[in-house]
Amino acid sequence: MLEMLWNSRIQCAAVILFAVGFATLLLHHNLIKKIIGLNIMDTATYLFLTSIGYIEGRTAPIIVDGSTAMERYVNPTPAGLVLTGIVVSVSVTALMLSLTIRLYQRYHTLDLDEIYMIAQQEQNQEGGK
Amino acid sequence: MSFAFNFPLFSILASLICSVVSSMLNGKTARRLSMALTLAVSVSSLAVLQAVRRSGEAVVYLMGHYPHPWGNELQIGLVEPLFSAFFSLILFLCLLGGKRHLIADLEPEKSHFYFVMVDLVQAALLALVYTNDIFTGYVFIEICTIASCGLLMIRQIGRTTLASVRYMIFSLIGSGLFLLGVVLLYNITGQLLMPSLQQAIALLAESGQYHIPLMSSVCLITMGLAIKSGLFPFHFWMPDTYGYATPCSSGILSGLISKGYIFFLIKIIFRVFGTEVFYGSGMQNALYVLALCGIVFGSVSAIQENNIFRMLAYSSAAQIGYIYLGLGISPVLGTLAALFQILTHAATKPALFLSASQLCDAAGGSKRFHDLQGVGRRCKLAGAAFTFAALSMIGVPLTMGFMSKYLLAMAALDTSRKIVLTLLVLAVSTILNTFYFARTIIRLYNQPNGEFSPAASGVGQRSYTLAAIPFALLNLTAGIFTSPLLSLLEHGLELFEKVG
Repeated sequence: MLEMLWNSRIQCAAVILFAVGFATLLLHHNLIKKIIGLNIMDTATYLFLTSIGYIEGRTAPIIVDGSTAMERYVNPTPAGLVLTGIVVSVSVTALMLSLTIRLYQRYHTLDLDEIYMIAQQEQNQEGGK
Repeated sequence: MSFAFNFPLFSILASLICSVVSSMLNGKTARRLSMALTLAVSVSSLAVLQAVRRSGEAVVYLMGHYPHPWGNELQIGLVEPLFSAFFSLILFLCLLGGKRHLIADLEPEKSHFYFVMVDLVQAALLALVYTNDIFTGYVFIEICTIASCGLLMIRQIGRTTLASVRYMIFSLIGSGLFLLGVVLLYNITGQLLMPSLQQAIALLAESGQYHIPLMSSVCLITMGLAIKSGLFPFHFWMPDTYGYATPCSSGILSGLISKGYIFFLIKIIFRVFGTEVFYGSGMQNALYVLALCGIVFGSVSAIQENNIFRMLAYSSAAQIGYIYLGLGISPVLGTLAALFQILTHAATKPALFLSASQLCDAAGGSKRFHDLQGVGRRCKLAGAAFTFAALSMIGVPLTMGFMSKYLLAMAALDTSRKIVLTLLVLAVSTILNTFYFARTIIRLYNQPNGEFSPAASGVGQRSYTLAAIPFALLNLTAGIFTSPLLSLLEHGLELFEKVG
């Protein structure tokens, strides 16, 4: 059991990081912290993917010295998936940050609960439009 | 191979190209381009459907002619073109019917960006419907999330920004879980294409190897997509999102985007996990229970609302519950009911949102029931369209709503343990639905309590009429001539399961 855990220590760390990010995203009221949580969560997934995609002692599948033996190279797909994932998470983060800026300009706070209360009050004053 | 089999790829590419082109056009031209695109995709999907029916077999479309496992593939069966035709048609009708609010709610110099997002949603929905590769699915899920957030935040009032943030948070939690599930699956199988994944998973399930990662992956993927589509208790973003967006966006978000995710989930259940593994994992019971809770809580919350848009949003939460209820009941009949319920809700909810927005305009822009008293007498068409769609939601015979409830009940009768609870909840929810929709309709046709504000300008009135009638006709036609549609779905589901 312990040996198994030790062998997959990076994956275990990734899962723990994922949980940390998930909890931050879900439980924190501060928008910036939520976004940080989101990034931790995504990064944890990429760590997981990268760690399973790499086998010690092997290299990227680029043939330089004419050797085509399969045992020398790693599968490039996980790395490709990670790159795609990074692109996605960067764009999502940018979108979230821009939303945060807009909310801050409108409500002058980053606390989601406070913003919600202010919005509710405004709505009650306006009368249902 | 018939030339029509190229159309799905062309549609996806055309949607992506149109979204780029739209960013350089003015708002009006961009809107026309989007509408032409959705209509063209809808018609071409019907051509694909016809071609598949003629050949009688599902086609695997290799992109770039790279064979598995290197290439990316599209799967073209019967269900896929049917849903893509249906989704595109609804998208077209939403754009048509929501024209007035699109002009009023969008800043003129930024309005073309809205249609960039619409085209991206179209591309993402098509890709989710057709793709045969689970990671491509993930990428388009994210594109869909970002684009739908754009649809929401384009109306610049504080509440929509707040709603977008909440929507994004729930969506991102969902896609995070989904991604982790996919990665786990890739970890134990080394495959990303659906047919190869299914073969590998069948082998793993037989040998009992990697049981825990496999089950975690089933759980993560299902929950991820369930959160994104707003299954109870993750529906809290719905009222704000649908309540404050421009009506066209509310229609697209509730009728299409959440359905796209569910369709993808059904696809994963059938084509990746296989029904045996999924229905052996117990996950369907979790979906079943959450769906039951969602149906009851959604309806109860809808009764308590006094804002018509938020009431419709809570009713969406209940309707999503019906879809998951179908999935939770049984693999074949239940999924059939779920697929039919997807079509029903996609045809009904946008019509409700668009009619409600017309009615609210006539009441001077207020969305409160108190101010809507008697509005139906003045806006005859919108009132009638709302009433008809509401009847379909309740499940009155001759409408699609009746058929989907009937199918759910039939699916439940076929099982041994889920009969009583399902029938009970269906009955209770029908009563609750009747209660809040009947209350709304009675209000709409009551004596008006005061003078109405002068009629809003006639802009978009004609296009609303042009959209409201097809919505009602579609609902009526599919509600009356259900058997051809059902046999198509049934046959499609068989093709779905077959590993190509």
